[in-house]
Amino acid sequence: MPMDEPQHRLTVVGGGVMGSSIAALALGHGVPVTLVDLTEDVLRVTRENVDRQLRHAQLLGALPEGCAPAELVTTTSPAAAAEATAVIEAVVEFSGTKAKVLAEFAALTGPGVPLITNTSGIPVDELAEAVPHPEDLVGTHFMNPPFLIKAVEVIRGPRTGERTLARVGSLLTALGRTAIEVRDAPGFVTSRLLHPMINDAARVVEAGTATVEAVDELMRKCLGHPTGPLATADLIGIDNLVDSLNILFERTQDPGCRPCELLLEKVRSGDLGRKSGRGFYDYGKASM
Amino acid sequence: MTEQTTAETGVPTPAEIESHLLEFLEARTKSAVSPDLDLFASGLVSSMFAMELVVLLEQRYGVAVVGGDLKLDNFRTVQRITELVLRLRDA
Repeated sequence: MPMDEPQHRLTVVGGGVMGSSIAALALGHGVPVTLVDLTEDVLRVTRENVDRQLRHAQLLGALPEGCAPAELVTTTSPAAAAEATAVIEAVVEFSGTKAKVLAEFAALTGPGVPLITNTSGIPVDELAEAVPHPEDLVGTHFMNPPFLIKAVEVIRGPRTGERTLARVGSLLTALGRTAIEVRDAPGFVTSRLLHPMINDAARVVEAGTATVEAVDELMRKCLGHPTGPLATADLIGIDNLVDSLNILFERTQDPGCRPCELLLEKVRSGDLGRKSGRGFYDYGKASM
Repeated sequence: MTEQTTAETGVPTPAEIESHLLEFLEARTKSAVSPDLDLFASGLVSSMFAMELVVLLEQRYGVAVVGGDLKLDNFRTVQRITELVLRLRDA
């Protein structure tokens, strides 16, 4: 890496689907990552998932050539974040949990280090009170899998500082992603448009108008959607999708955002999508 | 001790590997698959599916797909996947 480019060192909090895949993206681009989660058991699974994602990215030629993967450190100790040049929290989509995690890591990193909340829909400013320097707080919405999706929605909260935005832009450039900046709102742009559409696609199946396969095939072959909305739901995780729809519904009161019964039923029966092995489609076994 | 017997007597033949892959793909895609069909160009499977094929080969045939072999081109057709398994198994 040339001397004039900043050396990034990322701390990722939360080793779930997005935390592990963001970590894999960074490692594959030569950016070292410290991944923090609550237990060694979770971290063991996370390391396996990161490794799998790195291999998948390599398989698809999605990593820069000649770039050796950087070092991954996994730990249950938040103190390891003290050396980070940026912290990305990718914990569950609950404001309270996110606020608590951000407050804890803000105290460790000190002012000036971007605190990035990765979320599909919680407005950044709802979390700003939790951190001592709200200008350090910014939102990202990485889509799954991050190594295949070239752009990242970057959310500028009303109190986000220019310096923070510049630093996040520099980090995303190092990760080979294009930052697309938007203002703060429930669901921002992508989730506000996509998630009610997926909800409607599930309603169409629920009403018996078409099969899952027919809905996705029509959206792919007639309307140019790359994967189809219901296969996308499986990729997002149907539980995460329902959480995101609830976040949207609570904040917009748009009835189109109220999760339909078919989605709720799938969550109740544990059919969460690729990560559980079955959602709208059967994947044989769990995969990410 | 079924596993021992299988390990002692039966290394799958190329035809058996090909046949198993075709069976797996047809079950998953609910479509007819021929050994030389381009799985990705045909739209039958997505590139997201490719990693499942890697894991399947590693688990079923005890090979490790790593380094330069980890590329989509090796998984484009059932013929190529079979060739990859044979090459890695004989290495």
